[in-house]
Amino acid sequence: MRHLIIGSGPAGVVAAETLRKADPAAEITLLCGEAGPPYARMAIPYLLKGEIDEEGTHIRKDADHYARLRIQLVQARAVGLDTALDTALDAAQGQVRLEDGRRLPYDRLLIATGSRPSHEQIPGMDLPGVHSCWTLEDARTILAQARPGTRIVQMGAGFVGCIIMEGLLSRGVELTILVRSGYMVRRMMNPTASGLIRRWCEGKGVRILTHTQPLGISAAEGALRVALPEGRSLPADLYLSVVGVDPNLGFLEGSGIEIGHGILVDATMQSSVPGIYAAGDVAEAADCLTGQRRINAIQPNAVEQGRIAALNMAGLPARFKGGFVFNVLTTLGLMSSSFGEWQGVAGGESTEVLDEARFRYLNLQFEGERLIGANCVGFSDHIGALRGLIEGRVRLGVWKQRLMEDPAQIMQAYLAAGPRVA
Amino acid sequence: MQKSLHLDPNKCTGCLQCEMACAWENYRSFTVAKSRIKVFTFHREGRFVPYTCTQCDEAWCMTACPVDAIRLDPETGAKIVLEPTCVGCKVCTIACPFGTINYVAQTGKVQKCDLCGGAPACAKACPTGAITYVDSDWTGFGKMRQWAGKTDTNPATV
Repeated sequence: MRHLIIGSGPAGVVAAETLRKADPAAEITLLCGEAGPPYARMAIPYLLKGEIDEEGTHIRKDADHYARLRIQLVQARAVGLDTALDTALDAAQGQVRLEDGRRLPYDRLLIATGSRPSHEQIPGMDLPGVHSCWTLEDARTILAQARPGTRIVQMGAGFVGCIIMEGLLSRGVELTILVRSGYMVRRMMNPTASGLIRRWCEGKGVRILTHTQPLGISAAEGALRVALPEGRSLPADLYLSVVGVDPNLGFLEGSGIEIGHGILVDATMQSSVPGIYAAGDVAEAADCLTGQRRINAIQPNAVEQGRIAALNMAGLPARFKGGFVFNVLTTLGLMSSSFGEWQGVAGGESTEVLDEARFRYLNLQFEGERLIGANCVGFSDHIGALRGLIEGRVRLGVWKQRLMEDPAQIMQAYLAAGPRVA
Repeated sequence: MQKSLHLDPNKCTGCLQCEMACAWENYRSFTVAKSRIKVFTFHREGRFVPYTCTQCDEAWCMTACPVDAIRLDPETGAKIVLEPTCVGCKVCTIACPFGTINYVAQTGKVQKCDLCGGAPACAKACPTGAITYVDSDWTGFGKMRQWAGKTDTNPATV
């Protein structure tokens, strides 16, 4: 059996390792879109801060890890996919076209190509000094160019925009952040939490301009000029465009694979084409809270989906129980986290505690006697229990009212009401 | 036979010797805020519940780590944090549905119970036998649920 995995992020690596355990004789190829060993984008902020070197970003530390597991690493980008179903074998017998003209055949295919940065549609995006912050190569470029006094204009204050700030400031740069909406990390945090994060960043010397979207970037006197509405502009040495990500699906055009926002998969992580699976940021799988399919671009989800897909590829039936969105962010040292339906639901109830002076905030959302979502700022202890309570769909009983009165009793509620995870 | 921590809240008096022993073992300080085992107080019921990692088989923390900084100690079965490798991204702290791996701001790393390499200081320090280090089939998640359920705070039991 020839297993081919496109994409060497966490989903791809875990899938390859799982396949090796489940199918000792199989041929396993891991297609890496970038040079060097598989690495974790999650670690890039710490590389920017200078706390780790590039090796510290590697998903597995032993140089011979992949060779030892007989996982063949091939460095190339996929540009197309030919699917062909062998009905006699009930197996996909297709091939992946690579940019260098080669074709890789497969019996089972996993698409784990992750996300790519969204591209701002403004003039000047191709100028030198305009970068994204997504790959190791981006990080190298930023490290080479960001020096004390470097003027950085960053468009975007989502998850990536916020998590890289500390690394940038540690280089001694002058940082201005442009935010299209009125709120930072608005896909993760409610306005109160977002406001705390903004005030924290401003207190650390970051200039934040909300409701501001650049019109274009031009080169001027050896630097960049960022044109803003109403005739305003900002000088910059470096422009960082971090306006979100999209699933990396371009090469699938014409493949016949059913796509919504991402690759639509069933509970076995199989796509609409038999023998072709998807996992991680490209996969649109069921959400265990809403039942709706959605992309859930978080690390724990990626590795779980990679594992489930690999087991099924190896012929060992496994079902994805459905994930839900939760995430943790550190913005210039301020930790925040977000779980599930943090915006609340119609007919639901909520409670919160806020200590603005100490940048501490906890907001809980309930539906009936269940916790369904939470936002936390400045709380770090035992926050995983929020996942346990939400994913376990724990009936809180008397603890619902006690949490309404004192949200900080979350661990007591967890211990008493008994989670049903695992 | 591998051993595990067995936590019996009915024997816990809330003396916090375990927290002090844990903080001392790991940081040579009695700062109980840094303890990896925590005693939770149930004021209304007058109960104390000691709680820490059960070294669960799923090892959500270990699988969620993007840089392989959490490994299995083959001797004890504990999932242990390799501090030099941990980058402090905290993904494990939200992935663990038990809330038993936590970020420590002072070190910039996460921490969890590592069973002290096979001689847990908390169990040694516990004066009432609420924390014991016993054969594994006695503990695990099912047992943990049982003991969590044994507190009078569980609506199912009141």
